[in-house]
Amino acid sequence: MIAAAVAATAAEIAIPLLTKSVIDGAIAHHDRALLIPLGLAAIGLGAATAALNLVRRWVQGNAVANMEKTIRDDLYGHLQRLHASFHDDWQSGQLLSRATTDLSSIRRFAGFGIVFLLISVLTFVAVTGLLIRLNWWLGLITGCMFVPVLMFCTRFERRYKVLSRRVQDQEGDLATLIEEAATGVRVLKALGRGRESAAQHDAQAVEVCKTQVAKASLLGSFWSVLDLIPNAAIGLIVVLGAIAVTHHALTLGGLVAFITLALQLVWPIEALGYIIASGEEAATAAQRVLEIFDTEPEIKSGHTERALAKRGPGGWDLPPGRGVTGGSSPGGKQGRLWFDHVSFSYPKSHQPVLRDIDLQLEPGETVVLAGATGAGKTTLLQLVPRLADVTGGAILLDGTDIRDLPLPWLRAAVGCAFEEATLFSASVRENVLFGAPDASDDEIEAALTAAQARFAFRLPWGLDTRIGEQGMALSGGQRQRVALARAILARPAVLILDDPLSALDVHTEEKVTRALGTILAGTTALVVAHRPSTMALADRVALLDGGVIAATGDHRELLATQPGYAALMMMEEVSA
Amino acid sequence: MTADAAWRGIATEQVDEVTTGLAALLRRRSRLLLADLLRPHRRGVAWIAAAIVVSSLAALAGPWLVGVAIDNGIPPLIHSGDPAPLLRIAAVFAAAVGVQAVTTRMFVTMTGRVGQSVVLELRRRLFRHCLRLPVAFHESYTSGRVISRQTSDIEAISALFEEGLDSLISAALTLLLVGTGMLLLDWPLALVVLGGFVPLTWLTGWFRRESVVAYRRIREANALVIVHFVETFGGIRAVQAFRRERRNDAIFDGLSGDYADASRRASQLIAVYAPGISLVGNVITGVVLFYGGLRVIDGDIRVGVLATFLLYLQRFFDPLQDVAQFYNAFQGAGSALEKISGVLEEEPSVPEPAAPAALPSRGSAAAEPSRGSAAAEPSGGSGVVPRPGASGRQVRFESVRFGYRETTVLPDLDLDIPAGQTVALVGETGAGKTTIARLMARFYDPGEGRVLLDGVDLRDVPDRVLRREVVMITQESFLFGGSVAANIRLGRPGASGDEVIAAATAIGAHDFITALPSGYETGVGKRGGRLSAGQRQLISFARAFIAAPSVLVLDEATALLDIPSERLVQAALRTVLAGRTAVIIAHRLSTVAIADRVLVLRNGRIIEDGPPDRLLGGDGEYAALHTSWAASLA
Repeated sequence: MIAAAVAATAAEIAIPLLTKSVIDGAIAHHDRALLIPLGLAAIGLGAATAALNLVRRWVQGNAVANMEKTIRDDLYGHLQRLHASFHDDWQSGQLLSRATTDLSSIRRFAGFGIVFLLISVLTFVAVTGLLIRLNWWLGLITGCMFVPVLMFCTRFERRYKVLSRRVQDQEGDLATLIEEAATGVRVLKALGRGRESAAQHDAQAVEVCKTQVAKASLLGSFWSVLDLIPNAAIGLIVVLGAIAVTHHALTLGGLVAFITLALQLVWPIEALGYIIASGEEAATAAQRVLEIFDTEPEIKSGHTERALAKRGPGGWDLPPGRGVTGGSSPGGKQGRLWFDHVSFSYPKSHQPVLRDIDLQLEPGETVVLAGATGAGKTTLLQLVPRLADVTGGAILLDGTDIRDLPLPWLRAAVGCAFEEATLFSASVRENVLFGAPDASDDEIEAALTAAQARFAFRLPWGLDTRIGEQGMALSGGQRQRVALARAILARPAVLILDDPLSALDVHTEEKVTRALGTILAGTTALVVAHRPSTMALADRVALLDGGVIAATGDHRELLATQPGYAALMMMEEVSA
Repeated sequence: MTADAAWRGIATEQVDEVTTGLAALLRRRSRLLLADLLRPHRRGVAWIAAAIVVSSLAALAGPWLVGVAIDNGIPPLIHSGDPAPLLRIAAVFAAAVGVQAVTTRMFVTMTGRVGQSVVLELRRRLFRHCLRLPVAFHESYTSGRVISRQTSDIEAISALFEEGLDSLISAALTLLLVGTGMLLLDWPLALVVLGGFVPLTWLTGWFRRESVVAYRRIREANALVIVHFVETFGGIRAVQAFRRERRNDAIFDGLSGDYADASRRASQLIAVYAPGISLVGNVITGVVLFYGGLRVIDGDIRVGVLATFLLYLQRFFDPLQDVAQFYNAFQGAGSALEKISGVLEEEPSVPEPAAPAALPSRGSAAAEPSRGSAAAEPSGGSGVVPRPGASGRQVRFESVRFGYRETTVLPDLDLDIPAGQTVALVGETGAGKTTIARLMARFYDPGEGRVLLDGVDLRDVPDRVLRREVVMITQESFLFGGSVAANIRLGRPGASGDEVIAAATAIGAHDFITALPSGYETGVGKRGGRLSAGQRQLISFARAFIAAPSVLVLDEATALLDIPSERLVQAALRTVLAGRTAVIIAHRLSTVAIADRVLVLRNGRIIEDGPPDRLLGGDGEYAALHTSWAASLA
């Protein structure tokens, strides 16, 4: 590719030399015959330039597209593996602008910038050399005239860098506002707050606009100076060249060739301006992208290989006979979950959310976590699949610290259904199959039936109907039921359910609760619930209050002994 | 006409290969939009045009002056030692260079200024339009696409103004001026050069056709990448919990591969086009050397003219190479503009009324003189809840029929809710409860029949007024980045700090808010991620309470609350709803207790209607529901 670029440049530079021969040879000596080979040579060189450039661009275009794709894929993969709290802290617009705008700047520079840089430096050196050969002092003067251009470019570069970084940041912030408005459009509509949101958007858009205008006026002076200097040089060459011609230091054809060649210096200089600008942008962009790559996932996979990993002969596929709606954990020994004096606080916060949680779940036991809003129930659940790590103590699964287990293994062993059911843009079938890719159609049907999600069969394309962001919109209750079916089908060793029935109507909830009762019989489960009805599932209830476990025990027992618990469960005010 | 109508709006987005008629339609749509955006900048555009014409003329004077210098400046110097003609030419040359520098600067700066104002205006329009478009549009178009229209597409247009437009315009102008100049200097030689136009036109035509398709594909592939990206990181917890990473990697790899293929195709087009242009240019240079040389030998033209021609040839074809370079910016901006104009063309299916009707003044006119303007909302003094003089409005459904696509949800609904009444809607999922709520909040318009607010058709009420009068809270409690206070204030911008606290206290959120690290000023994180679902729900309640509307619609708004919170909210509801009209949808029948009237729905029809106590005493649906619900509490 570089060879092609160099050869093409050489061929292009040679053409003005033919001009010199035409004027000084053919024309000066009235030699018509000489014109034919010279004309043909010019055409030949021209064709070669074109062919070589085609090769160069073709190769380069493919390489660059592949490079961008590789970086984008890596960035995406890396982001997926970064801890959830990273994503809480980062505005998603900022992440998006790194994956799109920034990568495009890098591609633009890698695609054109680097090769242009090479070609323009090469052209500059070669052309200056040729000019010096034509007439040494005129050549030197011409070469020197372009030196201030480089200094000017460097100054420009510094100022441009500041502005382009500012634009990128401002556009990132704007993208965040746009994303919020797009995803929260129902709320904005319901409250009629379109105007305020628009005002906020406009204010940020005006900032972007201001910086862009400043950038444009900087570019304006840059381009005008880049026009001024080469043209002034040519004017000077004509005057000085005329003197040289008078003194027979240069032929007339030599002067024409000199000017055409000097014109070829303009392009590399202008390209240099473009390269500097895009190089700066690419450097800023690369810095921003590297910022993400440099962030290490805080939650790292452990390495303890556990025999426990095999629950059945086919990995997670359980022995046949254990239907979705019945059966017990094989061997009855797996799934002992122990919160060993666990505490947790958010980064940069001194107030612990959870303190000294000591709770042991026997295999197959179902513990329901009760507690007021904000007591830390959801936080506690998120610690089990390691969406966040404990800041004190440890969580042990069958005696092993979960931080020592391989992440994929742990997350296969722990199944979740969150209250805010996230479904992906895929078919219902694929969404349900996440946890158990090899499940049969019968098993899927059983899981959907248990979760009261048989409505899925009545969707336009049945189980193959695409749902999620890019597909059919389901209601909150429907989403919850599909997500629950997903968790059930995975038949994990430990099931984590965070208020998974909140969006269901009473009838459906009752049916799901009944089905869950059978399923949970053999599975260790930690369930967050607000409703007395769900308490029926519990072998034991743990009351979480102010980040500590205030009491554990039977539902009725706690009702009788714990006024705090009674207050949580009774609609009527308790006065005790 | 009907064929055209099918392509209205966003329907064209999925189409790769578009018919020529359709392409023309799309271009016309974009052009109209562009013309509309540029109209306020007519003067600026005129100045830009003047600057670019002067700048191009000055740039073309250079080679001509070189030729003149060779033919008329150098001979006197050689033969008689007279430098005067050469110096005169040099002076003109210097002037031309100066003019070129000044006008180039003007051109670039002003293009940037006008271009960025256009981009700003486009951003404004698009953002507002997206907010105006109905919920149904957002549900089918998806937020990822809405976002990519407003980010990458707008940025493509902005990039055009930044780097592409000036070269495009000056190349076109140079082509025209150089052609004319050559014809004036020596028409036979000029005809040879212009002969190059035949392959050039053909090549450019091919490139244009192909790249329109290629860049459309790039945009669409890019949008899909963005949609997937946003979806993944919006639900990152679920992604990680379900080990979705690998599958996502594979999906993303596919999408990003499509994008790479599309951009590879585009770069291949340029890889053929740009050298193609330079081939034509170089061949013509060879021919000019030969034929021009002949003409000089024959004495038809002088050497200086040949030099001018050779210099012009460089200026003639080089800018075309730039055009190829920037053609992608141009095309990208073009297809971005096509899509944006498509979104802008989507008619809001719940449009603003052409002739807005005024609602009768609420309560006693004297009590609330300032109801007319949003800015003059009553503030301070009495606090927020309860607001004295708060009064509801009557809501009526008149033979309303509504369905989504083929399925009819409400076959024929007649319902009258007197002002101030609290109505609970009860029924199984799919009975039409949420549809009624959404029709009341005018997220949709009924297919047939009317929804009336104090006798005025909702379709005749301006959105601004409607949103002040009717507020709907759903289970989905979306919080915006920013503080807790800012999120509550969303219900009534301009509410004082005390009012915010009063609202939060009234619904029982005050305690948990003050326990947050910075109290009301605590940032809630992206989409409220730092708060629990119940906490978010309480905040969105506070938001609705501070808005103090005349009609409040609660669609499963208490579902995510725990019992103590729900108890607090219900106690607050008793005061807040006093005098107001309210419709409550709740699966938990505890909420129904505060209702004056219960409607039991089945398949879009009202099957029971009456005060809760009376229905409870009967043996209908509601009594049965209540029995099973009471059993669940045990």
